[in-house]
Amino acid sequence: MRFIFKTHYDQDIDLFPHAGAVFWYSLLAIAAVCAPFFLDPFYLGELSFLFIWSLAGLSLMVLTGYTGLISIGHAAFIGVGAYVHAFLTRNGMPFVPSIICGGIVSALAGIIIAIPAIRMRGLYLAIATLAFSAIAEELFVRWETLTGGSRGVAVPMPVLFGNELDGEVGFYYLCLAVLVICILGVLNLLRSPTGRAWIAIRDSEIAAQSMGVYLAGYKTLAFATSAFLAGVAGGLLAHKVGYLTPDIFTPILSIQLLMLVMVGGLGSIRGAIFGAIFLVLLPTLIAILRDYLPNAIGQQPALEPGIFGLVLVLVVLLEPQGLNGAWMKVKFFFSQFPMYKNATFKRQKTYMRTERLQ
Amino acid sequence: MNMLQANELSINFGGIKAVDGITFDINKGEIFTIIGPNGAGKTTIFNLISRIYDSSGGNLVFNGVDITRFAPHKIAGLGIARTFQNVELFEHATLLQNLLVAQHAHHTTRMWEEVLFLPRVRESEREIRRNVEEIIDILDLQRYRDSIVHNLPYGVRKNIELARALCSKPKLILLDEPSSGLNVEETEDLSFWIRDIRDDLGVTVIIIEHDLSLVNDVSDRVMAVNYGRLLALGSPEQVQNHPDVIKAYLGG
Ligand SMILES: Nc1ncnc2c1ncn2[C@@H]1O[C@H](COP(=O)(O)OP(=O)(O)OP(=O)(O)O)[C@@H](O)[C@H]1O
Ligand SMILES: [Mg+2]
Repeated sequence: MRFIFKTHYDQDIDLFPHAGAVFWYSLLAIAAVCAPFFLDPFYLGELSFLFIWSLAGLSLMVLTGYTGLISIGHAAFIGVGAYVHAFLTRNGMPFVPSIICGGIVSALAGIIIAIPAIRMRGLYLAIATLAFSAIAEELFVRWETLTGGSRGVAVPMPVLFGNELDGEVGFYYLCLAVLVICILGVLNLLRSPTGRAWIAIRDSEIAAQSMGVYLAGYKTLAFATSAFLAGVAGGLLAHKVGYLTPDIFTPILSIQLLMLVMVGGLGSIRGAIFGAIFLVLLPTLIAILRDYLPNAIGQQPALEPGIFGLVLVLVVLLEPQGLNGAWMKVKFFFSQFPMYKNATFKRQKTYMRTERLQ
Repeated sequence: MNMLQANELSINFGGIKAVDGITFDINKGEIFTIIGPNGAGKTTIFNLISRIYDSSGGNLVFNGVDITRFAPHKIAGLGIARTFQNVELFEHATLLQNLLVAQHAHHTTRMWEEVLFLPRVRESEREIRRNVEEIIDILDLQRYRDSIVHNLPYGVRKNIELARALCSKPKLILLDEPSSGLNVEETEDLSFWIRDIRDDLGVTVIIIEHDLSLVNDVSDRVMAVNYGRLLALGSPEQVQNHPDVIKAYLGG
């Protein structure tokens, strides 16, 4: 059993609460940095994909998981970032300023959608964002100078500090670095007034407002931040796929992202990563599964979306905190061993008359 | 000295005059109680003061500032904090996060500084935390610091809401039925805390309350309302013995 004694406020302010966390995250960092020496390029490519998905998940996590605003239009923000970055790269802009520009244009799109959306919640917001993404998809088809229309457009290799970055290894490190920087930025916001204001809005708008949180302002900020991150993810995705066509950025992508954050666990950064791992692994698992299932089921073309849907329903029913919630329980079990109580995570009733602990 | 003045305050919902031309003054440093039967318009008066609703008539002046048309999120910065009849906590956040949010009106850090978590941000976070810890000590909430609010018993949650209101460094605090759902012992603690809030922290208090023994215990003045109208205003005894008040409670 492990006790953590807190002796200084900085322990709650710091990113890592105790030495144990520093140790495990350092180990993870070393593993991530060393991976290219052990893995063959195919798996490295899959990891890059994982990082891009994680970044996109992080983006939706800010909006849906932390601010409580749903979006089924995130494919549009990813698309805006991807096209702007591809366009600037083709015109010779180096990687760093170009991807930041992609993020900023996407953030502007986020602000534009926020203006009508901040008055909505739930289903209405879902439909409004879906409509926005339909408009954006139309724009991707029509605005040929920027996007190449439905023929699409090729994306050149990223140029970093004057060198062209080709090959899986370089791109792997690029994605890793961008992801880590973005996660740190979001974590910093979450331990500051802005992040707390988002969480407050998620849980009670009326109380947030009476604490001085300007609802419209912070919701717009959440949209802008989320869209910025989605735009950056789009920029990376552009390089990864190498050739952009509008049918990459359909509502299916948005729904997959929503599923990512729900399966991963709303309201946690780790959840975004877990969700991304799930989303990258699942198609592979399904492919393997097909061989073992009877032909009548195994060869159904709808098997994949069917299983996606099934998993989502199971998560909502059995583990609303998602994979992150399951992870926390396992971790808690080991930290409390051998004193773990079965009922620790049973949902408590709200008592009208309370029995205070002694 | 008057801290808050309400003049002919009114609001209609469709045909219902929920608050109908109420005039009262709150003195600095007093504990002022609003009583009245269910649906009398008590909570609506709070919602008008915290600017959740726009009044349809009359005006409100707080410390010399006309707040009748103030933006609702700026009310906290002026020094008015409140609790809600149906506890409105940030349920999926920890107690600490709940209380830290309450300092929002006073934060000075900018978003870009927060993204980089500059030393200035850390310094300001420490300062915010120190303020919050003072309130945690006063209300005995130490052991719940890292608990998710959602999982805590009702009495503690009511307490946290009071703590959160105090963390915004208010000059005036509005408590909507603070004792409802509490047991006898908790209600006794509450009456001590309410007096401490006024005496030690120098905060003026307006309470909506049904528990008459608590009302008599803490109030300097009491206002009784019914059907959105003022019935009586004065000392606790005066108001409780007022014939209109007795009639209202007997359902006349
Ligand atoms: N947003 C609203 N829309 C319509 N009617 C409302 C609204 N808010 C309050 N009312 C009405 O105004 C009247 C006063 O309500 P209020 O909540 O202020 O009563 P109260 O004195 O706080 O009662 P209680 O003791 O039950 O809390 C009620 O008739 C209520 O139905
Ligand atoms: Mg009420």
